[in-house]
Amino acid sequence: MGAFLLRRLATAIPTLLLIATLAFMLLHLTPGGPFDSDKVLVPQIQHAIEARYHLDEPLWRQYLRYLGELAHGDFGPSFQYRNTSVNELIAQGLPVDAAIGGVAMLIAILCGGGAGLVAATRPGGWRDRLPMGMAMLGISIPVFVTAPLLILVFAMRLHWLPSGDWVAGSWRHLLLPALALALPHTAYIARIVRAAAIEALAQPYIRTAIAKGLPTHVIVLRHALRPTLVPLVSFLGPALAGVLTGSIVVEQVFGLPGIGRLFVTGALNRDYTVVTGITVLYGALIIGFNLLVDLCYAWLDPRVRARA
Amino acid sequence: MSRATRPGALIAALLLALIVAAALVVPWLSPYDYATPAWTEIFRSPTVSGGHPFGTDSLGRDLLVRVMWGCRISLLVGIAASLLSVLIGVCWGALAGYAGGRLDGVLMRTVDVLYAIPFIPFVIVLEVAFGRNFLLVFVAIGAVSWLDIARIVRGQTLAIREQEYIEAARALGVRTTTMLRRHVLPNLVGLVAAYATLAIPGVILFEALLSFLGLGVHPPLASLGSLVAEGANEMQAHPYLLVLPAGFLAAIILCLNRLGDALRESLDPRGDGDGHD
Repeated sequence: MGAFLLRRLATAIPTLLLIATLAFMLLHLTPGGPFDSDKVLVPQIQHAIEARYHLDEPLWRQYLRYLGELAHGDFGPSFQYRNTSVNELIAQGLPVDAAIGGVAMLIAILCGGGAGLVAATRPGGWRDRLPMGMAMLGISIPVFVTAPLLILVFAMRLHWLPSGDWVAGSWRHLLLPALALALPHTAYIARIVRAAAIEALAQPYIRTAIAKGLPTHVIVLRHALRPTLVPLVSFLGPALAGVLTGSIVVEQVFGLPGIGRLFVTGALNRDYTVVTGITVLYGALIIGFNLLVDLCYAWLDPRVRARA
Repeated sequence: MSRATRPGALIAALLLALIVAAALVVPWLSPYDYATPAWTEIFRSPTVSGGHPFGTDSLGRDLLVRVMWGCRISLLVGIAASLLSVLIGVCWGALAGYAGGRLDGVLMRTVDVLYAIPFIPFVIVLEVAFGRNFLLVFVAIGAVSWLDIARIVRGQTLAIREQEYIEAARALGVRTTTMLRRHVLPNLVGLVAAYATLAIPGVILFEALLSFLGLGVHPPLASLGSLVAEGANEMQAHPYLLVLPAGFLAAIILCLNRLGDALRESLDPRGDGDGHD
């Protein structure tokens, strides 16, 4: 296990380096700079600003400086928010996304997983076709359609929940964005779990369990659940990384101060450090969660453990 | 299961054909165009009789024509970008699977590394950097969405490589390029068609997302994503502006997903519920 972890870390660092390099070069080589604006600055002031952020140095020097800071876990200062570091901006945005994403994934796993298991017990019956038809709808309707519709119905017409804004710790403000984010994930999970559970239920040891006369729920929950979790876990890894770094659409529609919006405004304003920092963070989360996924495989499937 | 899915797939195909036909014909027949504002016709609700069956938007433009143009753009981007990604993915995967050994290792490690790169951020950065370029939208999407196809094709090629007719062809001295073209690729067509059908809705959604964020098509041209974004701004007073383009977007995606699923199921001889191992 130790050797496995070491090997994975050894590939993770070059990958992160590549991501950071790509993001850095892409931003710096494209036309436009963070301090280009419609109003013309006095040349001395322009010069002073550029010198403060080291933008007057040659590119390779800026690059090496950035990598040096990155190696110390420092994402550098933001260009658009004066006197604020990217680390501070991420620290403000991350809890918002983590709360909404966490609740969304919880809803998605419980509802999607349950629907998938129920569907798999009787493939072809109405208990299969109804949830799977809804899942098909769920993966076909994008979040930027469901989110405004949820606001229209639950906030504007019924006045049950607020339509946006963010109040830390208020579940009423959290519910609609989490629901909007949960819908497509619920649908994906339902489909994955159904396919995996059908496969698992066809295994010989399940036939033995049926022959022993065990009730369906015991067979499904005790014998078929574990192999069913394997493909679900491999879906959850990247999905969690995506949800944690914020859904740009959900943040935009509900007006939430999360990382996704920070990223888009950063990209529009050529805020180099914000965009590169969030990109590296996302890459690191993906790599980290994929590593967790592989560790879960070993826990879920004894055959993987034997091979490792 | 397969008996139950057939009519669904057929309905999906018919509905899709209907939408494509309407998208091609309606803007051509309609007296209105997608760009010209009509200040006396602002926010007309949809009516059965009268000139605007889908109503008009905040600039008095006919929503039917704009939605049909949105369908054109979405389908065009979806098909073009999927073709690009299929082309790259098939070549990459077939070469890796057929060559095997070190080349396979290098090619597939590259795919692994690219998987870890966050593509949505990169495409957004590209869009911002190079301006809202229509061509760039689908080149960027196509160039980044070939990874899944490459993996699937590689797996299938590995299986094909072990077949006896390949061995026979090799014994006859067929060259690698000819072998790939004549014996390997034709056997991948069904699989690739199924996954390409499933790739199109993904690409359409991605384009719609970019347009929704204001990074896709240039106004006054409309894509379904930008129409949904416009509709979301006016939804309190004029919900039809959101519901109609959203409905068409969902219908297109739904039909393509349904078709792709049916194609994939028909290719999988195991079907549902039959054990293997």
